Amino acid sequence: MSEIVVDGDPLPFVEGQTVAAALVASGRLAWRTTRVGHRPRGVFCGIGVCFDCLVTVDGARGQRACLVPARTGMTVTTREGDDE
Amino acid sequence: MSEPADLVVVGAGPAGMAAAATALAGGVRVVLLDSQAALGGQYWRHPPEHARALVATDDLHHGLRRYRALCQALAAHRTTGRLDLRLGHHAWSVVREDDGFAVHAVDRREAPRETALVLRAPRLLVATGAYDRQLPFPGWDVPGVLTVGGLQALLKGGGVAAGSRVALGGTGPFLLPVAAGLAARGVEVVAVCEAAHPRAWLRHPGPLLRNPGKWAEGAGYAAALLRHRVPVRPRTAIVAAAGGARVTSVRIASLAPDGSPRPGTERRVEVDAVGVGWGFAPQLDLLVPLGCALTDSADGNAVVAVDGGQRTTVPGVYAAGETCGVGGAALAVNEGRLAARSILADLGAGPLPVNGRPAAPRSAVTRQRAFARAMALAHPLPPAWPSWLTDETVVCRCEEVSAGAIRTARAEGAHDHRQVKQLTRAGMGWCQGRMCGPAVHCLTARGRAYEPAERLVATPVTLGALADLDETPPAPPAPPVPPVPPASTADGETDKECP
Repeated sequence: MSEIVVDGDPLPFVEGQTVAAALVASGRLAWRTTRVGHRPRGVFCGIGVCFDCLVTVDGARGQRACLVPARTGMTVTTREGDDE
Repeated sequence: MSEPADLVVVGAGPAGMAAAATALAGGVRVVLLDSQAALGGQYWRHPPEHARALVATDDLHHGLRRYRALCQALAAHRTTGRLDLRLGHHAWSVVREDDGFAVHAVDRREAPRETALVLRAPRLLVATGAYDRQLPFPGWDVPGVLTVGGLQALLKGGGVAAGSRVALGGTGPFLLPVAAGLAARGVEVVAVCEAAHPRAWLRHPGPLLRNPGKWAEGAGYAAALLRHRVPVRPRTAIVAAAGGARVTSVRIASLAPDGSPRPGTERRVEVDAVGVGWGFAPQLDLLVPLGCALTDSADGNAVVAVDGGQRTTVPGVYAAGETCGVGGAALAVNEGRLAARSILADLGAGPLPVNGRPAAPRSAVTRQRAFARAMALAHPLPPAWPSWLTDETVVCRCEEVSAGAIRTARAEGAHDHRQVKQLTRAGMGWCQGRMCGPAVHCLTARGRAYEPAERLVATPVTLGALADLDETPPAPPAPPVPPVPPASTADGETDKECP
C-alpha cells in the first residue's frame, strides 16, 4: 500500500484518496487547533470551501487537505500554518 | 489546442458536462475546467480515473448511465481536438476583456505545486454548483461533525466513512442519499433528523405530479433506508453536539412548527460522527465580480438571474445548474443543454445536427424549476433556529466569533452580514464567510435573500504562481482516451430530456 508521511509517521492511503481522506480513514478527524481558542479542527466541508482542514504539504503552508491528492512520499505537517 | 476556444466552461458537474457536450456537438471549440481530478462535480463525484478499481463507488450514484454517456461524448471530442479538458484546475477570477473573457486559473494537478494560467474565449459559462448551507448549533465545530456533503464526498471520492455510528440532520432530500450511502458501507445511521414535515410537500401537488422521476428516486432511497433500518425522524433537529477531541453525542429535539425545540423532547444519542446540511448555497464567486445581476430564490438564497436561454445580464456570460437556483442534477443537465444551445445561436453556429428540438430542454427546465421551488418551500430554514444558540456558540468558525458577539453587533445597529463582519470579524477568515454567511445573514437581516460578499479571489493563489504566469500555456498532454462505443447521439443527449 502507498504511504505519505504525516508529522514524521507513515500513513497508508489508497490511490485516489486525498490527504484528508487518508487521515479520516486512519481515524483522525482533527489535526490542527484554532489561533484564539485552540479548538481542534479537521475535516468539515470536505470539498474545499471551509478551510478547516489546513495542513502543510511538502513545505507549502495553508493547503486544504481535502483537495490535495495523496502521493507516495508526500510530507504532511499538521498543527502548523494555522490561520496565519 | 492550437486554435482559440469559442467557449470556456467553468465547472464539470452535471450542468457543465452537458453544456460542453452540446456545444461541442454544435461544432465549437470548448475549454472545460474543474478543480476536481475527475469529471462529475459534487453530484457525480468520482475518484480519478486511474483509481476507480480501488475505490468502489458505483452503487452510491444515481443516474450513472447519463454520467457515462456524457463522459463518452466528451472523450470523443477530445480525440477531435476541439475539447480542451483541464481537470485539477481552479478558476480564481474572471476578467472581462475587449473581445471576451479571461479566466484566471491555477493548475493544481501536482498540488501543492501550482501553475498559473489564463484561459480566454469570447463566451463564458459558469456552472460552479453549490455547497452545503450551514446553520450553527452548540458543538457544531467539534471534530467529527461534518457537512452532509463532506460525508458524501469522503465516501464517493475516497471510499471512506467518517464514522461508524452517525446521526444526520438538517433539511432537504439530500439527507436521504447520504444516509443510504453510509448504510450501504456498513455505517450505523442512528437517525436522520429532518426539520420539515413531509406534509409540506402536499401544498404543491402540481410540480410533484409532473416530476415522477424525482419520486422514483426518493422511493429508492426510502426503500434502502427501510432495508437498513435507518430511522427518518420528521420535525426533529440536532440542536447540540458534545465531545472533546471527537464528537461523542448529539442532542435531538422535536421541533414546534416555528422550528423551536419542544420542551421536554430533547434526548441524547451517542455517535462518533455527525452530518449536517440545510440545503445548499450557490457558488457565485466568479459571477458577482463580473456584475451579473442576482435574483431571489425560494430557498432564501440570491442566485444569478438568467433569461429563458440561461443568459446572465452580462453579455457573453451564461450560467447553468445550482448557480441559478438549487434544483438538482437533472435540472442542471437540462439547463446546461439550454445554455449551450443559446451559446451556439449567439455565436451564429448552425443548428445542432441531432436532436435539434429546442423546445425539449426548455420545457423540462420549466417543469423541473417548479419542482425545485416546491422543494425549497417544503424544506425551509426553521424560523426559530437561532433559539438553539447559546451566547457562547461559535458562529464564524474561522475567526471564532460567538453568537453573543453577533447579537451585540446587531444591538449596536448592524443590519447585514457585511456590517457584522466589520464589527466582529465574522466572515473575515480563511473561508471568507462561506460557512457562516447565511447564518449571520439570518441573524441580522431575516426576510431578505442572502447575497454573499463579493470575493475578488475565488480560491487562494500563491504570489509565486502568479509571478511565473505564462500567458500562453501549452495544452496539457491528452491522456490515452478509451475507445468510444457509438453513443446514441453525439452530444450525449441519450434522452429527449433528463427526467
